[in-house]
Formats: sequence, structure tokens, C-alpha cells
Amino acid sequence: MALRRFRADLHIHTCLSPCGELTMSPRAVVERARAAGLDLIAVTDHNTTENAAAVIRAAAGTGLAVLPGIELTTAEEVHILGLFDAAADLGPFQAEVYRNLPDVPSKMKFVDDQVIVDADDYVTGFSPRCLFGATLYSVQATVDLIHGHGGLAIACHVDRESFSIVSQLGFIPPGLKLEAVEISPRLSPDAARAAFGPFGPLPIVRFSDAHKPEEIGSAVTDFLVAGTSLGEIRLALAGEDGRKVIPS
Amino acid sequence: MTLTDLAAHLELKIFTAGVPLDKPVLGGYASDLLSDVIGHGRKGDLWVTMQVHPNIVAVAVLKDLAGIVLVNGREPAPETLEQAAREKVPLLGARSGAFDLVGRLYGLGVKGS
Repeated sequence: MALRRFRADLHIHTCLSPCGELTMSPRAVVERARAAGLDLIAVTDHNTTENAAAVIRAAAGTGLAVLPGIELTTAEEVHILGLFDAAADLGPFQAEVYRNLPDVPSKMKFVDDQVIVDADDYVTGFSPRCLFGATLYSVQATVDLIHGHGGLAIACHVDRESFSIVSQLGFIPPGLKLEAVEISPRLSPDAARAAFGPFGPLPIVRFSDAHKPEEIGSAVTDFLVAGTSLGEIRLALAGEDGRKVIPS
Repeated sequence: MTLTDLAAHLELKIFTAGVPLDKPVLGGYASDLLSDVIGHGRKGDLWVTMQVHPNIVAVAVLKDLAGIVLVNGREPAPETLEQAAREKVPLLGARSGAFDLVGRLYGLGVKGS
């Protein structure tokens, strides 16, 4: 199969994340991603996948591929990205996450800012949960949960001083089976290697963590792959079958 | 003051039964960011935290800390307990939160830098 370069931004929030702008609707995300020249994006709201299907539908027929994902907050307040197959039924996964996401008093929620929408940007509901809270899962349990549902687990923005596996735990626990580490847009891959070492065998990816439309594509990772499926990204991160992360 | 003295005064729970508590406590540090403790903890410090991840043991060994007190009645993860026993890092627990525990430690002469 012919391999080619696909440009990906696999860490994008929507209006469902309490910190995501209300303008991050499915159509706006798709439009902006296409304008930024992206081939593949992932929808990764805090502790929820509920807007992912709408973005996948909004992108249908546009040539933009969309993976459903999540940015889970572990009990240690580490952010871990989970990326899943576009056809995966994430209902059981989501139910398990919600069972392990503690409720908090209503005045601490950002209910008005947690908007569930359809593919045409119509509001269909508001999440009543404290999506920004920490789940009860340890880092290890989080990675196991993502893998158990066929997903890829990536440690988020490891160079940041909050919510990163390095800030919270000092270093990446040996034996933790991550697929990659993500660095934030503020750092180049070379600067990340200089600051944090090579992260052992883990590939470094760089995504935007966009909370506003204009941030989409502000950091990207190019993959040499045969297509935009989760399986192809998995091979590229593992450096197998000729697939790879193209160094930027 | 040793950990034995502090455990008695503050009614701390001792998770690592086989680890000696006779090390002198030279000071204290309170933080839940392990990167911060790696940066600012000092040899002989008693570390007050609510993190229970196994990495806390590695940080205590790296910085040669006197021991770790988990606050808010938190229990160490099983792997954390195993590693603490193996590395001989004293692991204690307090029912109170960090603020009250640090205040009482300060009153007993355990101070920061």
C-alpha cells in the first residue's frame, strides 16, 4: 500500500469542554481544520466523548478524517489522551468513565459552558457533570482502560507545569505502556528532547490542544501512513511496517 | 525529633510496619507536585502530600527524605506500599489535611528551609 504524509492535529476540544470556547462547534472545527490543511483530527474533550460523533458526521464527505478521543484526568491530576477507532462504540467506555467521575456541588460546575451539539451545530443538551474534575483512575488504570477499549494512550503536554505526567509524578513511571508523549505548541521537538531527555523509546508528538477555532492546527504532527485509521496511527507511533512519525 | 516521636505526638498511622522510624527529621516540605519536590525537597525532610502514586517512593529515595506523610486519611496504592517497604522509605498517614498537619509539625519544631 502506498504510504504518504498525512498532517494531524489529534488534540482538539469542542464547546463541550468547560474551558473550550462556545464557538468550537462541529462545523467550525471541521471548517478550521480544513483551512489549516489538516488531513486528520481527533476530538478530545475533558473526560467525555459525547461531541465526537457530531464532529465525525460534520466532516463526512469533506475529506477530513476525524477520530473520537478523550482527554482523561487521572486521580493524580495527570492528563492522558485516549484516541479510538472512528467506528468504535464508545458507549460502554463513556459509562465507565462517568461512573468514576465524582460529582461535585452544582455551583462548582460549568453546566452552561458544557454544550452537547449535533452535526449541524444545534444544541441538544448540557452536560450536568463536573467534566474538569479528576476521575478516580490512577495513571496506570487510565492507560489500561484506554487500551481495554482498543485505544491509544498518549501523555498530554508533558512540558507544562500543570496536569502533566512530569509535573504531577516527577517522571514517567517505568513500565507504563504509553504509545507516545505529547508536547505543547510552545515547545519544539528538539527543545523537548533537550529539556526532558528522549523519553526512552516513546515517540514525541505535538498537537494544538485547541480550545478556540484559531488554535486548531497551531501544532501538528505529520505521519507517514497509508491512511487515516487508528490502526495506521498505531503503526506509525510504533514505527512498524514502514509507517512512522515524520520528524518536524 | 525522629519519626517515632512525631508519629506518637500526631497520632500518625504507620503503613510501613517493617521500616525503621529512627531517622532524624531535619525539616519539612509540603507539595503535591512531584516535580516540585524533586526541585525543592531537601535531605532529611518529612514530605507532606496527598499523592499516593508509586513514584512518591522514588522521589523520597532520590532526595533522601526522612519519610512521607499522606494526608486526609489517604491510603497508599498497593504498589506504593510494596516499593516503600522494599526501599525502606517510611510511609505514614494523617487523618487531617495538609494545612493542619503542617501547622502541628511546625509547632513541634519541624520547619521548612
